[in-house]
Amino acid sequence: MKKYKEVSIDSTTQRMYERAQEMGIETVWERLEKQQPQCGYGLLGVCCRNCMMGPCRINPFGGEPRRGVCGADADTIVARNLLRMIAAGAAAHSDHGRHVALTLLIAAEMAEKFKKEGKPVLELDNMASNVLPYQVRDVEKLKAVAKRLGIETEGKTIRELAREVAEVALHDFGKQDEEALAFLKAYLNPKTYEIFEKAPEKAGMPWFENGILPRGIDREIVESLHRTHIGTDHDPVSILLHGLKTSLGDAWGGSLIATELQDILFGTPQVIKAEANLGVLKEDYVNIVVHGHEPVLSEKIVEAAQDPELLELAEKLGAKGINVVGMCCTGLEVLMRHGIPIAGNFLQQEMAIVTGAVEAMVVDVQCIMPATVDVARCFHTKIIDTSPLATFPGAIHIKFDERRADEIAREIVRTAVENFPNRSKQRVEIPKEKMAGYVGFSVEAILKHFGGSLKPLEEAIVEGKIKGVAGLVGCNNPKIKQDHNHIKIANELMKRDVLLIGTGCWATAAMKYGIFLPEYVDTENVGPGLREFAKEWGIPPALNMGSCVDCTRMLVLADLIARDLNVPISALPVVGSAPEAMTEKAVSIGTYFVASGITTHLGIVPPVLGGPKVVKILTQDLYDIVGAAFIVEPDPYKAAKLMYDHIMKKRKELGI
Amino acid sequence: MPTDSKPTIFINPAKCIGCRQCEIACAVEHSQSKDLFSAIFEDPLPLPRIHILPMGAYNVPMNCRHCDGAPCVEVCPTGALYHDEDGAVMITPEKCIGCKMCAIVCPFGIPEFEALNGVMFKCDLCPDRRVEGKLPACVEACKTGALQFGTIDEIVSNVRKETAERIIRLKEGTYEEEYNGWDLFRSMYAEIIRINEGESK
Repeated sequence: MKKYKEVSIDSTTQRMYERAQEMGIETVWERLEKQQPQCGYGLLGVCCRNCMMGPCRINPFGGEPRRGVCGADADTIVARNLLRMIAAGAAAHSDHGRHVALTLLIAAEMAEKFKKEGKPVLELDNMASNVLPYQVRDVEKLKAVAKRLGIETEGKTIRELAREVAEVALHDFGKQDEEALAFLKAYLNPKTYEIFEKAPEKAGMPWFENGILPRGIDREIVESLHRTHIGTDHDPVSILLHGLKTSLGDAWGGSLIATELQDILFGTPQVIKAEANLGVLKEDYVNIVVHGHEPVLSEKIVEAAQDPELLELAEKLGAKGINVVGMCCTGLEVLMRHGIPIAGNFLQQEMAIVTGAVEAMVVDVQCIMPATVDVARCFHTKIIDTSPLATFPGAIHIKFDERRADEIAREIVRTAVENFPNRSKQRVEIPKEKMAGYVGFSVEAILKHFGGSLKPLEEAIVEGKIKGVAGLVGCNNPKIKQDHNHIKIANELMKRDVLLIGTGCWATAAMKYGIFLPEYVDTENVGPGLREFAKEWGIPPALNMGSCVDCTRMLVLADLIARDLNVPISALPVVGSAPEAMTEKAVSIGTYFVASGITTHLGIVPPVLGGPKVVKILTQDLYDIVGAAFIVEPDPYKAAKLMYDHIMKKRKELGI
Repeated sequence: MPTDSKPTIFINPAKCIGCRQCEIACAVEHSQSKDLFSAIFEDPLPLPRIHILPMGAYNVPMNCRHCDGAPCVEVCPTGALYHDEDGAVMITPEKCIGCKMCAIVCPFGIPEFEALNGVMFKCDLCPDRRVEGKLPACVEACKTGALQFGTIDEIVSNVRKETAERIIRLKEGTYEEEYNGWDLFRSMYAEIIRINEGESK
């Protein structure tokens, strides 16, 4: 069994892990230990299970077998497996986007129906009615998105516009023509667009259709599965080109749609102060943890938790109130928009339950460990699953339906409140530690903060006050001491005057250590240039841009800078990093960062090393093809150095 | 009174599912870096000392038995092969002349020839790991228990106990076939028959 200090640098995780051990509760770290050593073929990516002549694997030490039954060699197998990971990651993000687009459509349709029925509701034209479960909260953003998409906004009601935007988004998922995605065309700067068009030529495959411009979000994912089917595509180069294409369908399609339409439906995040870490759980309150990725449900839970009737019930049952806290990206969504505190990132989901103070963990999709149900069995905690596509054996199913969202959210909160008397008070231990921070740095909020344009930031970069920008992204991985690499890389970069923007579990990690406080600039971890800039503008040295699906906010920001400087994104002194990557979504994010021209570091070696050609393409050849490539380096100090060197190289090329 | 205090690697083909993880772990252990991700880039590439032989529906892990009175040690003309203090059969590469006599006399066909240096190589029971009190790399890698490390007494008494338990379970009618190795195949076919006869669980 691991010592508690080995698993995390977070003292709340350390204490809860110790507590789990005392209680004999198995957690993610024990399960990882029981998996050791993990399959070497799998770690290297040289295991193929794509047909039933297999499973096949290639001997990484040069001996037989060198080929699978079909004749595929290590590079083909590795490339195929990587493409499947990208496709799965893009599918997860994009399906999330589709769900949001459908919600917007449902909202518009319901508004139309209400209008037709002549229901006496206020401001239905603005869809700000309190009768509708979902409304357009950010009319400005809706208009801005519609404008970008080339939709005529004059003389249209909000619900008409909402419907049209939703329809364009949904069309992007399933369209069959050869045109690039409408969202990609609307958002991407022309110079980068050109790189996407020419990528196959540079890779020596001019016959590749449409460059790496994604045509349909679903289509590219389906084509990934087609290409990796037995006997289809065997050239690692074309397989990887399609990987870039699929990931770009996620970046400038699925994920972008998710972010933009969520902003329309729930409001664009604005700078707000909030708190993070397990200390946000409250002893005398009904604690509800919303966990997963989609705000469609959690927004409603937050509302329902303010329902006077339910608050009264909570009081009647002995609680002082209802305390909704977030976990993972669902947590970040409500954190960014409402300042709802976030209890932790990925590796703290079991830890939250171990406090013994959680009445219900309400989950939707992605990154929710089935083990939460097992841990919850040791306490009174109820796991409530809500998505028809994510069922947890042992959990309570309360199926979510957008049309009856308010009613269902109240039912979920009621279930949690009614569970409060089952809490065993002597088994409650909530760590005290929590940290405040400023969050809500959407692109719009950043623009607003800098007075309407990115000029101040660009000037600081040109002057060299800020050397560049690093986008840090998500995930915890129990193979790495929780948050250790996140924080080390962040500090090492800030010391070198690199401004940080970030999302996902990285953002939660950074928040827990106070990096999102403006005061943090006075620590030794921030270089003089960045300190001066941050103080001048009253910002923390790192900006929280949201959940992992919101990585597109970083792309949009990079795109704005690229437009201003009239260069492709790949020319900018910008890097990306996923220091503790874990999910297939992270593989998709990393790939679309690189494809979009942002050189990206991975702190966990992805399963590709078994294919030397694939490794060379990913780490070297991609520089010639799209102007960026992957850096793989598990050591956070070395990684920060490599990322900084890349930024300096880009500065030199730009002549600044 | 123990009959043999020298531990060795015992193989149980019934439990081998043929993942070949032991081969990888062995090669990595015998690399310079002892790290999978670095080992595959080494020159020369490290080689495994254990091999999984697929025999029809069965997989048999084959490695050095480290025999008492090992024929390979007895025939080695230069004394390159010897028993170390733990009883493991070791090779001193500097003394090996590559005559392959050890391979000829080995009843299991274990010693292999390394063409690059013209010397023989074989399982050495992971001397570096022994110093640290760890299990041999292949045994640690084996997740199904097909490879076990211990003295003959320990192993035999374990086998005796497991068999006794199995007999009891058989008698009580609760014995379920193990989903491992050849049992995996047997149980797969048993399941297919059940399904065909409409008696699916």
